[in-house]
Amino acid sequence: MNAIRTYFRDIFHAIKTLLTGMRVTGYYFSHARKEIITQQYPENRDTLKMFDRFRGIVTLEHDENNEHACTGCSACEIACPNGTIEIVSDRVEDPETGKKKKIIDKFIYHYSMCTLCNLCIISCPTDAIKMDPSFEYSTFDRKDLTMILNKPGSQIRKDVK
Amino acid sequence: MTEEVETKDAIKTQEYFVNMGPQHPSTHGVLRLMLELDGEIIKRVIPHIGYIHRSIEKMSEKDSYRQIVHLTDRMDYLSNHMNNEAVCLLVENALEVEVSDRVKVIRTIMSELTRLSSHQLWWGVMGMDLGALTTFLYAFRDREMINDIFEETCGARLTVNYNVPGGVMFDIHPNFQKRVKDFIKHFKTKLPEYDRLLSDNVIFRQRTEGVGILSKEDAISYGVTGPTGRASGFSNDTRKHKPYSAYDRVEFKEILMDKGDTFSRYKSRILEMWESISIIEQLIDNIPEGEIQSPAVKQVIKLPAGEYYQSVETARGELGVYVVSDGQKSPYRLKFRSPGFSNLFVLDHMVRGYKIADLVAMMSTIDLVIPDIDR
Repeated sequence: MNAIRTYFRDIFHAIKTLLTGMRVTGYYFSHARKEIITQQYPENRDTLKMFDRFRGIVTLEHDENNEHACTGCSACEIACPNGTIEIVSDRVEDPETGKKKKIIDKFIYHYSMCTLCNLCIISCPTDAIKMDPSFEYSTFDRKDLTMILNKPGSQIRKDVK
Repeated sequence: MTEEVETKDAIKTQEYFVNMGPQHPSTHGVLRLMLELDGEIIKRVIPHIGYIHRSIEKMSEKDSYRQIVHLTDRMDYLSNHMNNEAVCLLVENALEVEVSDRVKVIRTIMSELTRLSSHQLWWGVMGMDLGALTTFLYAFRDREMINDIFEETCGARLTVNYNVPGGVMFDIHPNFQKRVKDFIKHFKTKLPEYDRLLSDNVIFRQRTEGVGILSKEDAISYGVTGPTGRASGFSNDTRKHKPYSAYDRVEFKEILMDKGDTFSRYKSRILEMWESISIIEQLIDNIPEGEIQSPAVKQVIKLPAGEYYQSVETARGELGVYVVSDGQKSPYRLKFRSPGFSNLFVLDHMVRGYKIADLVAMMSTIDLVIPDIDR
């Protein structure tokens, strides 16, 4: 007799727990509109805004006069754990003072090797490089991921020491 | 290896090997288990690791101490903050630098958020391994809020690299406290839902209760740490025994169970989530003012020659970092004692005599992260 009672109690208990779980599912089924958190990604591209600090790609900031703040000190190159940054610098005579000054020739950035660890950004003494929150950089050719960050004809800003 | 077994009906059966993995959905990564089977009964499990070995320890020998931190993100990617913290704490202790209270509190909040997000993912995947597919979606819904917090403050969702030796990389974002409070409020209503969906479910209970019992003695002798060990009654919480950061100023319980079966391991993680919530609640309203980076840590870090060890409690157990320094910019030798490695090798001991479906349940509650095992 006892065994039969246990048998049925187990069955009712099982049904009860299954219904408890089903109630949770049912709640979300009936409140689907309120609870949706997913985004339709390629469609919402225009309104999608990443967080300011999001690390997407390293950029060298240029102002409207096509001037940047990079002195070519190679601090970022040393800080980088993967050899992502290569700086080719040149020594040019300053026409005003006559002293030789170091300027960057090419700021080469291998995006394919970058782990976006932000160590180069925090090591930069002049805040010349920044992390940009853009993220759509897939290409068909790996060569496209090696970029020269300083724009052609760009110069170092006058006030940067 | 095969030997013939006589059953009582005098039918001859043979033991045989089956490969589980390296590509198997319930091994949670590229882990290969060789199962020695008799029918469906498991006689022995031989884990084969090394499929995702990236030689992080060797790479660390050429990197500076600042650079090593970003590699640790890629070991146990679900405990990224704790891994970073371990290296940073080691460097700070070796240099005898005291970080500000603000840094300590921020690190503790971040670690507990990471633990929550790790346990949420584990819960979702655990349900999925046992056939309850929806749990995964519920867990990821809540985990998304934590990822947003990380993304806003640290700049990345998974490979955060937020801790640096001597402090943290940025100050917290102005929205940080509001977002964390919103999350805690949200998650406190959702965590009982986890219980209603899975913990009380009769199918789930029958597949987990009394299965894969690990005794306290075995847990100690195998070095099983984290919630896996604590479910067997082995008190091993580094946060309690060797408090670091701000854990000495918060009240929390070490979750200890006595049964040591799969359900205890499951339950201990659910209860640990409540503890993490309470730790965050205690700290979030009073983050002290202070500097973000200690000026005593120079740009080029050279540890004095000697040996150093630092352990932290990750979501999986005790992570130890052992550094031998010869006074140079990079360590002479660096060794990680990863919790997943010790926890994996107790599997063979637990699983003998059970069926393959039970192995999946046990593997879920050990909460393996394969890059942490291989490094």
